[in-house]
Amino acid sequence: MERIIFYILAVIMIAFAIASVSSRKMLRSVIYLLFVLIGIAGLYFLFDYNFLAAIQLTVYAGGIIVLMIFSVLLVHHIEMELETARPLRRLISALLCLAGLGIFITSIYSYDFNVSLNATTTTTAQIGEKLLSYGAGGFILPFEVISVLLLSAMIGAIVVARGSHKEEKKITPNKTKPQKEIKEIESMKVEILEEEIPL
Amino acid sequence: MNTLININNLFLSIIPAEITGLPKMAMIALIYLGIFAVLGLYLVLLERKVAAWFQLRLGPNRVGYHGLLQTMADALKLVSKELTGTVKADKFLYNLAPYFVIITSLMALGIFPFTQKLQAYDLNIGLFFLIAISSIGVIGILLGGWSSNNKFSLIGAMRSGVQTISYELSVGLSLLTMVLLTQSLQLSEIVEVQKNGWLIVQGHIPAIIAFMVFMIAGTAETNRAPFDMVEAESELGAGFHTEYSGMKFAYFFLAEFINMFIIAAIATTVFFGGWLSPFGVTESIPWLGVFWFLAKTFILVFLMMWFRWTFPRLRVDQLLTLEWKYLLPINLVNIVIMAVIVWLNLSIQF
Repeated sequence: MERIIFYILAVIMIAFAIASVSSRKMLRSVIYLLFVLIGIAGLYFLFDYNFLAAIQLTVYAGGIIVLMIFSVLLVHHIEMELETARPLRRLISALLCLAGLGIFITSIYSYDFNVSLNATTTTTAQIGEKLLSYGAGGFILPFEVISVLLLSAMIGAIVVARGSHKEEKKITPNKTKPQKEIKEIESMKVEILEEEIPL
Repeated sequence: MNTLININNLFLSIIPAEITGLPKMAMIALIYLGIFAVLGLYLVLLERKVAAWFQLRLGPNRVGYHGLLQTMADALKLVSKELTGTVKADKFLYNLAPYFVIITSLMALGIFPFTQKLQAYDLNIGLFFLIAISSIGVIGILLGGWSSNNKFSLIGAMRSGVQTISYELSVGLSLLTMVLLTQSLQLSEIVEVQKNGWLIVQGHIPAIIAFMVFMIAGTAETNRAPFDMVEAESELGAGFHTEYSGMKFAYFFLAEFINMFIIAAIATTVFFGGWLSPFGVTESIPWLGVFWFLAKTFILVFLMMWFRWTFPRLRVDQLLTLEWKYLLPINLVNIVIMAVIVWLNLSIQF
């Protein structure tokens, strides 16, 4: 049963990965990529690693793909198609891809995996303890580094937003100027019209 | 409940034990689909009745007793309608979009505990899974809006994207505040914790703030008024689903109402004790849990309808100001307050 589901997921992922690279329509390839990512989340569910699966769905499917769709929506029109690459380039990239695939397959097959029989589900509490433990195998340092990075990004965002706000305030008193200019232009127009009328 | 078990036993006696897993899952899925499709239709009817009540009208009252079969008739009409589409649309994505929306909303329904035993799948990351699934639903709206090749659809889709990405944060953070109290993401355990008092009582002030933030952000996530920028009728036609007709339109419509039910059901489970009865009145009759769960959920659904027919629509800039300048800072402070309360054991326990 699990074997069947695994092969179904694998076939879906490979098929959509190829479709994603070979499609000439930009948004369609983004969607094929989304299917690949959802397939990976399905694999994590199959391993009973629900937390990672949900992370995969939120971060990749929900976050990154939505951002990609956004950028495509902004720059791309529905009738546009990507140009096809020249044959030589295609050949080179195909060879490079095959070489990469060869390296992957040889490394996977040369490594002897240990089959673990304990089918325990990793709970969120375990992950949390691992993240905050400073003993062997603990992740406290990367966790703290990331939190400092996120904090600085947040403060930076606030500072950027504040800065532009102040500039706007400086600009606002000058807003009357353009209106004056418009009035001047309009009065000039009127003058011109008045000049034309006697003719 | 008993009839369900009887059907299940009958089913198990017919089919050999090895292959029961898959058909059983399929049968449960079909039952869920049937129940929630009908539920969605009746939510539409409820919405129309509530709207009529708020506007001093009668509402649908011709088909069936007091109009009870009105939305059934509407659904039959929608099924029989011709599916029209635009010639220059991206057909594949155009046809795919409604399924994204409806499948994600139906997937979320599978993990709610309706009673202690009536729960399709008790995922150990339940709450997080709900957030993850709801973040995918917006892709369907974006796709539908873009692939229709229509200005109004595109504008609606862009607005929807902005709105959902922003308000997802508040939904997640307000639920995270409550997870500090429950110390578990599993929905069945979240309900179990509340046997010592519902979480909105246990967590008192921060829990009430979290509930208010959750309801505001949840209403925005379902794209309902006062946050219905996405399909603002007066400016965008019908927004992202302008070009859809028949059953594909019905999928979008149904998904919106099921999403409303989901938001109310999350609020029920996390803040109001799920299937637990108030003060343990009917603790000896466990199957009444369904009644309590649905009663609480429908009260919250009514609250969301009340919002819709009371407040005028927000502008885009007001929408973003509300989220980024008010809800998000309130939420962050709220989490810290809740952490202090949990740390000092200040929560109210019965």
